[in-house]
Amino acid sequence: MEKVTGDKAKLWIAAGALVAVIALYLFWQMGGSWQFALNLRYVKVLAILVVACCVAYSSVAFQTITHNRILTPSIMGFESVYLLIQTIVVFVYGDNTYRVLSDWGNFAISIIGMVGFAFLLYLLIYKRGKDNLYLLLLVGVVTGILFNSLSSFMQLLIDPNDFFIVQGKMFASFNKINRNLLGLASVIMLVTLYIGVRLARYLDVLALGRDQAINLGLNYNRMVQLFLALIAVLVSVSTALIGPITFLGLLVTNLTYELFRTYRHRVLITACCLVTGITLLGGQFVMERLFNLSIPVSAIINFAGGLYFMYLLLRVRKI
Amino acid sequence: MSLFVEIILKIIIFILVLGVCAAASLFIGVADITLSDLLSGHPEAWSLVSISRIPRTMALLLAGAGMSISGVVMQQMTQNKFVAPTTAGTLEAAKMGLLAFMILLPSAGTLWKMLFAFAFTFGASIVFLTIVRKIRFRNVIFVPLVGLIFGGIIGSISTFFAVKLNIVQDTNAWMMGDFSGVLQGRYELIYLSLPATLLTYFYANKFTVIGMGEDFSKNLGLNYPAIMNIGLFCVSLTVSAVVITAGVIPFLGLIVPNVVSLLFGDNLKKTLPYVALCGSIFLLLCDILGRVAVYPYEIPIGVTVSILGAIIFLAFILWKK
Amino acid sequence: MIEVKELSKQFGKKVVLDGIDVQFPKGKITSLIGSNGAGKSTLLSVISRLLAQDKGVVRVDEKDIHAYKNNVLSQRLSILKQSNHVRLKLTVRELVSFGRFPYSQDNLTAHDRQKVDTAIRFLDLQDIENTYIDELSGGQKQRAYMAMVVAQDTDYLLLDEPLNNLDMKHSVQIMKTLRRLANELGKTIIIVLHDINFASHYSDYILALKDGKVRYYDTTERIMNERVLEDIFGIPISIIEFNDKKICNYFN
Repeated sequence: MEKVTGDKAKLWIAAGALVAVIALYLFWQMGGSWQFALNLRYVKVLAILVVACCVAYSSVAFQTITHNRILTPSIMGFESVYLLIQTIVVFVYGDNTYRVLSDWGNFAISIIGMVGFAFLLYLLIYKRGKDNLYLLLLVGVVTGILFNSLSSFMQLLIDPNDFFIVQGKMFASFNKINRNLLGLASVIMLVTLYIGVRLARYLDVLALGRDQAINLGLNYNRMVQLFLALIAVLVSVSTALIGPITFLGLLVTNLTYELFRTYRHRVLITACCLVTGITLLGGQFVMERLFNLSIPVSAIINFAGGLYFMYLLLRVRKI
Repeated sequence: MSLFVEIILKIIIFILVLGVCAAASLFIGVADITLSDLLSGHPEAWSLVSISRIPRTMALLLAGAGMSISGVVMQQMTQNKFVAPTTAGTLEAAKMGLLAFMILLPSAGTLWKMLFAFAFTFGASIVFLTIVRKIRFRNVIFVPLVGLIFGGIIGSISTFFAVKLNIVQDTNAWMMGDFSGVLQGRYELIYLSLPATLLTYFYANKFTVIGMGEDFSKNLGLNYPAIMNIGLFCVSLTVSAVVITAGVIPFLGLIVPNVVSLLFGDNLKKTLPYVALCGSIFLLLCDILGRVAVYPYEIPIGVTVSILGAIIFLAFILWKK
Repeated sequence: MIEVKELSKQFGKKVVLDGIDVQFPKGKITSLIGSNGAGKSTLLSVISRLLAQDKGVVRVDEKDIHAYKNNVLSQRLSILKQSNHVRLKLTVRELVSFGRFPYSQDNLTAHDRQKVDTAIRFLDLQDIENTYIDELSGGQKQRAYMAMVVAQDTDYLLLDEPLNNLDMKHSVQIMKTLRRLANELGKTIIIVLHDINFASHYSDYILALKDGKVRYYDTTERIMNERVLEDIFGIPISIIEFNDKKICNYFN
């Protein structure tokens, strides 16, 4: 019983920390036109929270069904599909891109592209009767490499001035969020997350492994496919909203596992959402306010996440 | 005896195919060169051939053989058919080395560039092998996934600096595998991969043994660290030489060894020549394809190899039992 | 009763199960024996729906296992395989509580808690019930998983080599526990065993597989016969009688 209360206390502390970071971010050095500043900042905070929940749930669920703490759903090629779509758009329309394709249109085709890709992939593997998750991942990764090469090739042909449009999409950024999109993204995220959290107890069982899950009465393949579908939707929403942050998931899940020593996914997922929010907002605050850096926060997070992850890989004795 | 004759015959056939491809590679291009031009000693034709065509064909031959053999070495050392420079972070490390060179010593010569690329690939290979040794359940597919993540991490670190210096499009440009810039005087470093490839041939079986693990190889009286270092040395040298000359050529080290092992089995001493020959043939074909597909323009070989390679690789893992 | 009809399973070209036809009697312990690759584990996996068969049916209480709802079947039949290596922050009690998942999912009732308590006591795990499973020895972990299956409280228990990793003391302890489950609670137990002497001492029936077919299926008493055993295992075996039990000596 003690352990449960310990986790609860930690969750409250994390929630408090998140609120503190939000307040810090919103009210730090507001200057004269505080209404303007606040208006701008709260959109970013909302966007960060939406992304944080998407990344947290999809990464935790993905790591549980693959039984691995060093994987993230982004490696399955979602981001490559996104980049390919963005590159094709700029390749075709050049500097007319913004006029031809509205933010809504871009958001819609990005999500449809990514979710469609994921479902094609699932169909390909499961219809062939090969219910091997690792195979699914490898096929996703290889397709991702293929798409990346195509993107790089097209990027070479793009006029360097137009290339900046693509480059803007290559890195996640919270600086130019479309408010209307944010509303839609929040709705999709909330609905998916609601379903996901209600199903969290099945993740507890899936964590015991395939054989145990079947023994305890789960329809294993159906369950895994269901979670993969939820993951696909969440990753797509986050990527289409702000762009790719590949290694954020690795960083925050492992931080969460270090801090919360429980197997209960309801706790883990909540905790991970909080940790991700703190990481992103904190990172954004430091970059934007303290250092005034123009480097996208995703580049920093991939960099820091990558280093932390290397440390984890080399420190632990067995994976 | 007849078996021996059969092997020799097969190798001769492969060499003939290679010869045809190499000849085609020599004569295809925007400027028309015919055999009669060369035979009649046409000076312009000869200079074009010696400045551009021969270097290009040679570079393709060496890169194809070298990358494929590197794949074999890495597969032996990890005992995993899915490990290759593409799936072990090796290519990303070479890229990082080039980036470091651009940042630290931009005006130094090609030899320094080579040293940087080599040092980074060598270091990354050591780290990768360390990680692989720690993986408890060596699931065949899990190891390359870890390698890909590892590569992604190295890549994201490079990207961080590239964004900071505003050279993202440039770095992408020099990383795209492309042989159109291979000219006399600018490609000779790739010959460094030749001794590395030959060395591999003599150590082939020993790489297999050390892939079984440190204790296993000690029991057989092999010097584990020394042989591991030789293997990593060969791989790093080949990969960095190829990357500097022609950029990144993905999948080659992954597909060629697997296809050869499907066709000819796993006896390395016997199959290594085929691996080298098939690698060269495949690369020459991809290059020719890239040159004729949208003639008179060229598709970089990085793209043709990626597309063909990804399709072959996917077919291989999906249809394999 | 578990009934298996014309069950066949192939891996690639290798036929692992070849037209198996058997019935497992209620309330008894049946041991599956045979040499490596005879198909014992595969048979167990197919009966417990971990593996899909190519041909044939498995019926539990006269109903095809694939006609059951998943959680209903898991209230009747449980399976424990050999390899259970998860690295979760999970205590022994929490693991055992998973045995009640088919009944109450994660909202345990008082009745569920009582079952969990009983299972923990049955496997003698009170001292370590709050220890994390990744801190346990191989034998303790094995017993913790056994306790989970006991808490699952199914009529049928399928166990795949539960004595792996266990020393002699704990092997005997586990087998005695199974005997009690059959005798006191009327459980039907099917168990894959390597050591013929454990099968001889603790099971009511022995099913011997060879090359994917049922070679012998009879009471323990009748299987424990030198000629039969030599046929199953391919080595000469001599039987020594000791305290009314037959012990095999195959060290010759």
